[in-house]
Amino acid sequence: MVSSNSELAYNSKIEGDVVVSRADAVINWIRTNSMWPMPMGLACCAIELMAVASSRFDIARFGAEVMRFSPRQADVMIVSGTVTYKMASAVRRIYDQMPHPKWVIAMGACASSGGMYRSYATLQGVDRIIPVDVYVSGCPPRPEALLDALMKLQEKVKREPSAHNLLISK
Amino acid sequence: MLTTENQVNAFNAETLIAAFPAVTLRASLDHPAFNVPSSELLAVLGYLKEKHTFDFLADLTAVDWAEGATPRFTTIYHLFSTTTHQYVRLASDCLDNATPRVPSITSLWPSANWHEREVYDMFGIQFSNHPDLRRILMWDGYPYHPLRKEFPLAGIETDLPDVEVAAETKVKVKPAPMAGGPFVALSGQVNMTEAEPMGKDQSWTEKSEKPN
Repeated sequence: MVSSNSELAYNSKIEGDVVVSRADAVINWIRTNSMWPMPMGLACCAIELMAVASSRFDIARFGAEVMRFSPRQADVMIVSGTVTYKMASAVRRIYDQMPHPKWVIAMGACASSGGMYRSYATLQGVDRIIPVDVYVSGCPPRPEALLDALMKLQEKVKREPSAHNLLISK
Repeated sequence: MLTTENQVNAFNAETLIAAFPAVTLRASLDHPAFNVPSSELLAVLGYLKEKHTFDFLADLTAVDWAEGATPRFTTIYHLFSTTTHQYVRLASDCLDNATPRVPSITSLWPSANWHEREVYDMFGIQFSNHPDLRRILMWDGYPYHPLRKEFPLAGIETDLPDVEVAAETKVKVKPAPMAGGPFVALSGQVNMTEAEPMGKDQSWTEKSEKPN
């Protein structure tokens, strides 16, 4: 009897194209290199955010150039600017509309702590309404600082037990 | 460019007071200023706009003279003439201290719409016959008027505008911390030099040169 499959154990053509790895490493590698930002540009920090996306600083080098103005398609919300109490509800609602997994960068003094706006109208730090992963100091921060924040966030994501989280979320 | 008609209607304080005896001169360091009773406000502004080419409403704001003062609230109007390049300032006292009210001037300048909404938002002054008198900066339902003298800069605790977000986050509008802030210098309590952010190396500034 003649079998069409004459391979018994090792096929170098197939095995040569297979890389063995952990699920966490693969998932986190994909996530870190395609973080689509939700640009929550609320004040002057948003100008620096635009510079980061432009050619001189070019956040595309880190896979985060796809600014998604729809929260459904975004992974990381970059809160760049002063969060007033009137806007805080909208920020929280947009955060809630982002699909998991999601992260938040608080860019600049105002988003991190209220900054110089110690007044009746300003939320004293966006971490009062949404969980923040990385804080960036500066008023406004240099574009390099935001790139550094993105790299810090990528390092953090690489340490996440993503496969475990996917299993327990069911 | 000045036309003959405009030269005839050249504006000075006497012409206005002659036309409206209830108008009085107001102390001013720069431009002509007048006190106008709120009952004649629309007539005076209309007269200045039509007869004296004050066609541009440069600003509309208000003053709170603090609790206890009578009148407590005064609305201020800055007019500019694009023909003669003159400014004039009008001030109108609000008669009722508890519910201050002045006539809206949106019928003369549509741009007064948002100015009056801001004054209503910040001072709580009502504008009669305003087409859409809602808050413009703070959210609808905010219980205070922040530029009134008794309102603290830090704010007063109240609820977030969005009920669902407030229930989800359990966050309230809280008074902001004032100590060490950029606009607050309590002498003796906070060393402003230490409170403000600055570079660590203070050995050279714009006053002393950088050491070699």
